[in-house]
Amino acid sequence: MLRKLFLTSVMALAGLGLAAPVLAQDGPLRIEITDGVIEPMPFAIAQFHDEGGAGEYLQQVQSLIAADLTGTGLFREIPASAHIARPESFDAPVSYEDWKAINAQALITGAVRVEGGKVIVKFRLFDVFAGQPLGDGMQFDAATGNWRRAAHKAADQVYSRLTGEGPYFDSRVAFVQESGPKDARRKRIGIMDYDGANVKWLTDDSTLVLKPRFSPDGSRLLYTSYATGFPQAMVMDVNTLATRSLGSAQQGTMSFSPRFSPDGRWIVYSLEKNGNTDIYQMDAATGAQRALTNAPSIETSPSYSPDGRQIVFESDRSGTPQLYIMGANGGEPKRISFGEGRYGTPVWSPRGDMIAFTRQVSGKFHIGVMRTDGSEEKMLTESFLDEGPTWAPNGRVVMFTRVTPGGDGEPRLHSVDITGRNMRPVRINGAASDPDWGPLLP
Amino acid sequence: MDRVMKTFIKIAAVGAVFALAACARPMPDAQVQDPYAGAGGAGGVGSTALPGTAEYFKTAVGDTVLFAVDQSTLSPEGRVILANQAGWLNQNQGFSAVIEGHADEQGTREYNLALGARRANSVQEYLISQGVPPGRLRTVSYGKERPLAICSTEECYSKNRRAVTVVSPGAGM
Repeated sequence: MLRKLFLTSVMALAGLGLAAPVLAQDGPLRIEITDGVIEPMPFAIAQFHDEGGAGEYLQQVQSLIAADLTGTGLFREIPASAHIARPESFDAPVSYEDWKAINAQALITGAVRVEGGKVIVKFRLFDVFAGQPLGDGMQFDAATGNWRRAAHKAADQVYSRLTGEGPYFDSRVAFVQESGPKDARRKRIGIMDYDGANVKWLTDDSTLVLKPRFSPDGSRLLYTSYATGFPQAMVMDVNTLATRSLGSAQQGTMSFSPRFSPDGRWIVYSLEKNGNTDIYQMDAATGAQRALTNAPSIETSPSYSPDGRQIVFESDRSGTPQLYIMGANGGEPKRISFGEGRYGTPVWSPRGDMIAFTRQVSGKFHIGVMRTDGSEEKMLTESFLDEGPTWAPNGRVVMFTRVTPGGDGEPRLHSVDITGRNMRPVRINGAASDPDWGPLLP
Repeated sequence: MDRVMKTFIKIAAVGAVFALAACARPMPDAQVQDPYAGAGGAGGVGSTALPGTAEYFKTAVGDTVLFAVDQSTLSPEGRVILANQAGWLNQNQGFSAVIEGHADEQGTREYNLALGARRANSVQEYLISQGVPPGRLRTVSYGKERPLAICSTEECYSKNRRAVTVVSPGAGM
């Protein structure tokens, strides 16, 4: 007997690519990330079913899916205490009327089992008021130690189907942890899940380190280190922690602010010679370097467009730091920022549609976004000191550093969506700065 | 008390304050730490660094010049200090120097690194113009990573926009 509800996609996380999920083609249920969104969409998660040995993972998986969704600010969970329906199994028919009665617009059902050292998570998503499933059910598995990834994958599917945006929960962020007094800060590079879980340290704090940045596949990090006493761009293998310096910077010069091209073939970075900083490009395979800018002004913070054809950067050639775009091989740059104050740390959105930046004006710092031609500039934040935005893999959320003022001031990581809503701190212990959001995990 | 004695006491008091201030300074970054730092002050209030020491350079010659917001241009006061630095370096040829460029916290990390490099370079060029061999000088930028004063007002910012010449024994690189 063919049932209306069935699982069509069974996928493993380990190394296997995900088949394209089937999105609802005509689903009326959709929440868009626009300035108009004020009321979060109410959803319910029916109690997940234990289909064998789920143990503590049952509630943990369910709670994490809910946390991912509510953490976006776009969704509001209707608590279990308000539920009327209590489905008896994962495959039991959905009693839409019961979910309508509590005004749940979306319903998630799920099941968890543990088998062969793996946590296996199944879920389905329903459009309650349309009385139909939204896409197919799916299954994800992960080693028990990586159970959070299976939950993030499921939540990513729900998020994508309900927003039409790309997923981003199953991703990691590199950052710098800061400790010690403000005039003798100690720093080390860490890596964590996007939500602050699973922190792992990649360096100790004996050497000053700055600005880690992922390679496109997330396997390597570029960063700046004072290991020699002088700032030097370095690259680190995230798994083996092996490090090496990029090229052989001549004595008396410093290299910093390195970033990969989207295809991983090139590294752009800033190189200082005789007090003057320009942007250089290095062939990641051969180490061959060449200058992309050649001006007496400061040129730094380069970031590629997702197609690799252009580079946005900051320059003070006009007298104040402003944003410019040039071709990937250099050439005459075009200025794109024209507002008051100073602009810096531009980062091209992975979707290609926007550039996020730091703007300093009238004694305040802002994280802002603009179209790539400089139009539709919009400030997302305002504080004593916000800086260094980095994009979520779907280009709809940015994370940045917010520093509190004063002698005991310290940096913390925050995220905000591109409408300026849902500003929230990233939950990690201690002071942290310089986040870099890595790619969606495979 | 005669006039000479009064003057002497005044100088001693100023010296004591100076030595205290020197002791209270945060250590420079370990990577370019002056091995003699603190040696002159270790004997307590009133001790005097010998002229040919790093401590003397730091406290009596003056190791720091300050800059205006976003600027790397040397002020007249800065030039006087650097002329003295050059004089000392030319007299003490067994020393080399690392010039640290710094910025205040108003500005992004990257821009401030570049700005600190500009400031360190201004100092380096001036010292070279005063006859110090280039081979004895190196520069490093700390951007906003190593403030001297930690408050978040102009009073502290003005002290942090600086270049510090750190001398150490060794004929150069």
